[in-house]
Amino acid sequence: MAKLNVNGVVREFEAEDDTPLLWVIREQLGLTGTKYGCGVAQCGACTVHIDGEATRSCVRPVSTVTANQKITTIEGLSKDGSHAIQKAWAALDVPQCGFCQSGMIMAAAALIREKPKATDADIDTAMTNICRCGTYNRVRAAIHVVVKGGDPASAGLAIQRIEGSKA
Amino acid sequence: MSAVLSSASRRGFLKSAVAGSLVVAFHIPFEALAEGEAASQIPIAKGASGATPEVNAWVVIKPDDTIVIRIARSEMGQGTLTGLAQLVAEELDADWSKVVTEYPSPGQNLARKRTWGSFSTGGSRGIRESHEYVRKGGAIARTMLVQAAADAWKVPPAECVAAASVITHTPTGRTISYGKVAEAASKLTAPTEITLKDPKDWKLAGKRLARLDTVDKTTGAQIYGMDIKMPGMLNAAIKDCPVFGGTVKSFDASVIEKRPGVKKVLKVGDSAVAVVADTWWRAKSALDALPIEWDKGPNAKLSSKDVAATLKEGLDAAEAVAGNSNGDAKAAIKSAARKIEAVYSFPWLNHATMETMNATVVWTPERCEVWTPTQNGEAALAATAEAAGLPAAKCDVYKMHLGGGFGRRGATHDWVTQAVRIAKEMPGTPIKLIWTREEDMQHGRYHPVTQCKLTAGLDAKGNVTALHMRISGQSILASLGQTLKDGKDPVVFQGLNAPGPEASIGYSFPNLLVDHAMRNPPVPAGFWRGVNLNQNTVYLECFMDELAHATKQDPLAFRRKLMADHPKHLAVLNAVAEKAGWGKPAKKGVFRGLAQTMGFGSYVAACAEVSVDKAGKVKILRIVAATDPGYAVNPQQIEAQVEGSFVYGLSAALYGECTLKDGEMEQHNFDTYQVMKLDEMPKVESIVMPSGGFWGGVGEPTIAVAAPAVLNAIFAATGKRVRDLPLKNHSLKKA
Repeated sequence: MAKLNVNGVVREFEAEDDTPLLWVIREQLGLTGTKYGCGVAQCGACTVHIDGEATRSCVRPVSTVTANQKITTIEGLSKDGSHAIQKAWAALDVPQCGFCQSGMIMAAAALIREKPKATDADIDTAMTNICRCGTYNRVRAAIHVVVKGGDPASAGLAIQRIEGSKA
Repeated sequence: MSAVLSSASRRGFLKSAVAGSLVVAFHIPFEALAEGEAASQIPIAKGASGATPEVNAWVVIKPDDTIVIRIARSEMGQGTLTGLAQLVAEELDADWSKVVTEYPSPGQNLARKRTWGSFSTGGSRGIRESHEYVRKGGAIARTMLVQAAADAWKVPPAECVAAASVITHTPTGRTISYGKVAEAASKLTAPTEITLKDPKDWKLAGKRLARLDTVDKTTGAQIYGMDIKMPGMLNAAIKDCPVFGGTVKSFDASVIEKRPGVKKVLKVGDSAVAVVADTWWRAKSALDALPIEWDKGPNAKLSSKDVAATLKEGLDAAEAVAGNSNGDAKAAIKSAARKIEAVYSFPWLNHATMETMNATVVWTPERCEVWTPTQNGEAALAATAEAAGLPAAKCDVYKMHLGGGFGRRGATHDWVTQAVRIAKEMPGTPIKLIWTREEDMQHGRYHPVTQCKLTAGLDAKGNVTALHMRISGQSILASLGQTLKDGKDPVVFQGLNAPGPEASIGYSFPNLLVDHAMRNPPVPAGFWRGVNLNQNTVYLECFMDELAHATKQDPLAFRRKLMADHPKHLAVLNAVAEKAGWGKPAKKGVFRGLAQTMGFGSYVAACAEVSVDKAGKVKILRIVAATDPGYAVNPQQIEAQVEGSFVYGLSAALYGECTLKDGEMEQHNFDTYQVMKLDEMPKVESIVMPSGGFWGGVGEPTIAVAAPAVLNAIFAATGKRVRDLPLKNHSLKKA
């Protein structure tokens, strides 16, 4: 049995050495928030953190990751969706279909950790994930919200919320 | 029945302990699904036998005042779940903070004589074609709730008012919440005469409300079709003959049968081979290692250049079907002082939804159930029943949240047919079929390929006296096997129709002929977000720009002269021109282009600003867009749709093309089918200007103006007219 440290828990699994980390996370470990989009590291839907670094897990053979390395998936980014990036994403209604958004959020979280004052140029360089619904401008706006300290009003988007709503 | 079925049946969805995952069992008890979080996860309606009786088909109110609104259309990111709920909740006078949504299943719709109407979610019609009956559903439910309260108080209902899920007896000030009277209301006879609110009185509809489905998409908790897990489930990977029209000749299953986890290797239909294994990765890896010999069939030598030649011939063919005409365009062109002609072309495009095609199926001789992301649950049910060899009444489809739709998941359900066929070979075992991206790229339902020759006749003063648009190419309806009356596919003429409520042309020409020479290459065509409005708007709006420049007129002024009888088209065009500063000098090196059209019930226009550097690299800096959808149900979501539509439209304009070589598509993944990314995204300024009196869609129309506005701006910047998309095939380098 091989082992991986995912979201702070060491888990055992069985898979061939060349199995991409993505599919071990999704199938053997049952964490489906990380998505398959292309299988060739083009779209970024499979982005997870390995020791804090954004990594496209669809081309990373599982045998090249050790149990000493800390893997974080979207499910482990925060316990309750309270990471600053997640909060900004929710506040600006960034997702449309949402399928690419786990990867987007993981890429953005890694960016903000590395560059808390990320500029537009930093965002352009780091955020190479594909979104077919076209959420890019709200992705950018949400990252700026975090850079500016987390007040969604700074994005000037005017989204109305009703007290108590799950929205 | 297998052990899996008997042990798990009728236990409902079990939310597993693993975060973000969901274990699904069979024969969902619908009342369980309507409970709390489960309803937001897998929104499937409870049946009439459920624990909480429905007030009517659209509304269930629980004793704790939770309001469950049933949504028949599919949510694929466009926000229809929220928008339709706003319309129901508005008429219901519901407390929005208590609103959750759920999907009725197509099987339930069938059993209840289509009480929820159409499930089809395409053509931007989620709201525009169901606003009336969903609002009535809300209004009827409210009337019944008020009646129930009045009955309990023994007062006339006219003395009672409802607001935010609370009914008040005005003379005495007594109040009661919806949850307390819902059961009594459910026993009342529904009123037949209902007056809907005047939109000017809306409190929830028309507001910039946050979406109902956002939070789970930020935590990984949202379950898509691809994420389904069931007890005993196996996974399937599939390879269909890459050559259109080809079949399977042979395959050597013995090569892979002993690989770990492999359970079955089978032929699916005539043209595909699938591997079923314990995990999808093992199924996919085994399939990659499987030697398959294809019979490539009649299209084995067909390439894009052959298709282009066929279409080119159609541009001048004697026979064509007219879609819109007035006067005698051909004669007027012949006698015109000046003639201007141009030929444009538009390629095949793949939808490339982020979530590839997938379906999970359990087949037994008695029943077939399917969990799949679909834009049309009823069509998915029909495909299921046919492939299952069972009557539709013994099948059902549970709609999963879509990881993108864009038209791929509506008209045809080829992947469902495949998945059912595989499951039928393994009765009782849940089978999840997932396509690879490569499979998805090679077996799309492609945006149709067309060419267009535009010929204008002009008088000595540069006024257009006649326009002939000859479209040659593929018909989606013909590709779908639909019967065409008089050989005409009316969808071909989107945006070019005669004045009227749908996709009408925004100009009056003294003489006009728009006709179509149908040429159908053997590549399956489908509805692709924006459909034929995409290329028709490129053709017409770029040619209008050509005419303006050829006659030395301002492109805006030139258009306006022909738009006097099209005030709604003109209003959106004027709006973008004004906001963009048309007529005022742009910053140095910045150039503008305009486009307008009407489709999916809405009027739209765009003004793009671009710069082109010496090397020919285009930077799209800003697009001002205007939409008149008649009524705007949620303006902040309309803005999101407009931005998104530009990414879809500009991805196509900049990079998108699927090319045929030896009968198969040459693009296999995002490395060869490039799409727009964040760093290329322009600033978008959206003007939502609902003028009232009609209901238009918002998911698609603005796509169509993105490409022509940008192409016209590129011409302004470079003097180069790009008539064949995509742009990547052209050099804009300064000579």
